[in-house]
Amino acid sequence: MKKPVSIRKFLNRENVAGYVFILPFIIGFLAFMFFPLVTSLFLSFTKYNILSTPIFIGLDNFKRMFTQDSVFVQSLGVTFLYAFVSVPLRLVMALAIALLFQRTTRATSVYRAVFYLPSIMGGSIAVAILWRQMFASDGTFNSILNAVGIPCHVSWLGDANTAIWILILMAVWQFGSAMLIFIAGLKQIPVSLYEAATVDGSGKVRQFFKITLPMLTPVIFFNLIQQIIQGFMAFTQSYIVTQGGPMNSTLFYAVYMYQRAFKFYEMGYGSALAWLLLILVGIVTLILFKTSDKWVYRASEEG
Amino acid sequence: MGSRTKKNIGAVIYHVFSCLFGFVMIYPLIWMLISSFKPTNDIYKTAASLIPQPFVLDNYPNGWKGFGGVSFSVFIKNSLFVSTLSTIGAVISSTFVAFGFARLRFHGRKIWFACVMITMMLPFQIVMIPQYIIFNKLGWVNTFLPLIVPNFFGGAFFIFLTMQFFMGIPRDLDEAAKIDGCSVYGIFFRILMPLVTPAMVTCTIFSFMWTWDNFLASMIYLNKPDIYTVSIALRMFIDPSSISDFGATLAMSVVSLLPIFFIFIFFQKYLVEGISTEGLKG
Repeated sequence: MKKPVSIRKFLNRENVAGYVFILPFIIGFLAFMFFPLVTSLFLSFTKYNILSTPIFIGLDNFKRMFTQDSVFVQSLGVTFLYAFVSVPLRLVMALAIALLFQRTTRATSVYRAVFYLPSIMGGSIAVAILWRQMFASDGTFNSILNAVGIPCHVSWLGDANTAIWILILMAVWQFGSAMLIFIAGLKQIPVSLYEAATVDGSGKVRQFFKITLPMLTPVIFFNLIQQIIQGFMAFTQSYIVTQGGPMNSTLFYAVYMYQRAFKFYEMGYGSALAWLLLILVGIVTLILFKTSDKWVYRASEEG
Repeated sequence: MGSRTKKNIGAVIYHVFSCLFGFVMIYPLIWMLISSFKPTNDIYKTAASLIPQPFVLDNYPNGWKGFGGVSFSVFIKNSLFVSTLSTIGAVISSTFVAFGFARLRFHGRKIWFACVMITMMLPFQIVMIPQYIIFNKLGWVNTFLPLIVPNFFGGAFFIFLTMQFFMGIPRDLDEAAKIDGCSVYGIFFRILMPLVTPAMVTCTIFSFMWTWDNFLASMIYLNKPDIYTVSIALRMFIDPSSISDFGATLAMSVVSLLPIFFIFIFFQKYLVEGISTEGLKG
């Protein structure tokens, strides 16, 4: 009788119970995150086509990226442009519309839902296919322009100068989630701050720049980081809407990585690309964090 | 002309602007729905019009035929299977893990929680190659397993979201149960789990939507038409090598969005809650 009791007691200790509960995560983290990361670090120094054994080639993969692979350089540029233009634009848009719909009334609830709809459907293949049609030379966009008397036969997705902007437009169009986050953030700003400002005689614009914006900076900061990381990883848009073309002008990094690994079976080179991306994302995040002292509002520590 | 009239004019401008802008926002989706009822050869020709003339239903049965002798119903069945199992696994395991992090103080808790945050930030693309190699060694390519099994070990975002919910529940409840002789496990199963069902619903919705839309992983692992999920099948509809019927493609696109649309209609409150938690509490 004594032993089962002690096992129960043992399992009930917080140090043991804690690990019992988080065990699934630990296993999953080790098996699907940590181990793959280590494996790909190893593979990034090899030549590996999945059928034969990996051949160690030192830093050759990384040398190849920067000295022989102009497509890699281009895809990196395209991806940076996409992430650093679409995310700030989307956040500005989201904030502007959030201010418009911040008060909850019957009408604004409907508006919020309507503006949120593109975000929730935007990640699907269906919408990517739709986007392909809309901006074709004989697509919906040009048809509407022609119908209102502006003759236009530009192939928006077929022109290397415009195609990336159509993908950026698609990303900005999905600002609904960020809008909802900002609306929730706006609600957390104490009303007393605005009351005091009104008493002091400051106008709405001043209140926005002196109260609203500073109080929202932590939310803006977090979403900026998260969405820029997601922007670096964007895949479907480029793969479905433009297939990376024309002339690789919309070839996102993730698509290029996919092509190297799964079309040409260059698993070693693909892994090197993945690790470089990881390092770049890490550096960008770090830089953003460093700048955050300058512009992100931190509530003073209270006891 | 009092300030009242001025206020009314302001309100009219506000609502007219909101409605117009809102219409532009969902115009592409409306266009897709309406065009799916146009004869397939007219869709490009009458792209500027929102009135299907004539109104036809042909695109739906045409798309439903699928391709390569596999009906679209098979793709839907596959997607439902993957999404449902993934979601069940993700929600149950994440709730379990979230309780551990939110309520128990154990050695190494901070380090493991940092791992959760890292996992949340790190996207699938970073590990897709080594994961593929591993699953390939296991012989799991061309099965649903690589898409389902990882979900059973908790999703970082769901752990995070449910944790926030646990932390909102007063600790007095646990203390009282402990005094009554309830074990940690009893506290979880009998007292706290029923209280976090709203968080579980939110996780269920997000998990289902994400797995339903999943494209990259499905494309890597599923290479036979009879195991295609809906998103891979749609991609095949626009493949230049197959004869493309744009009307059928649009019709099946509409079908593929229906589950997402119904979730949007019926669970909006949970969606908003989930998104706000993610965006605010980081």
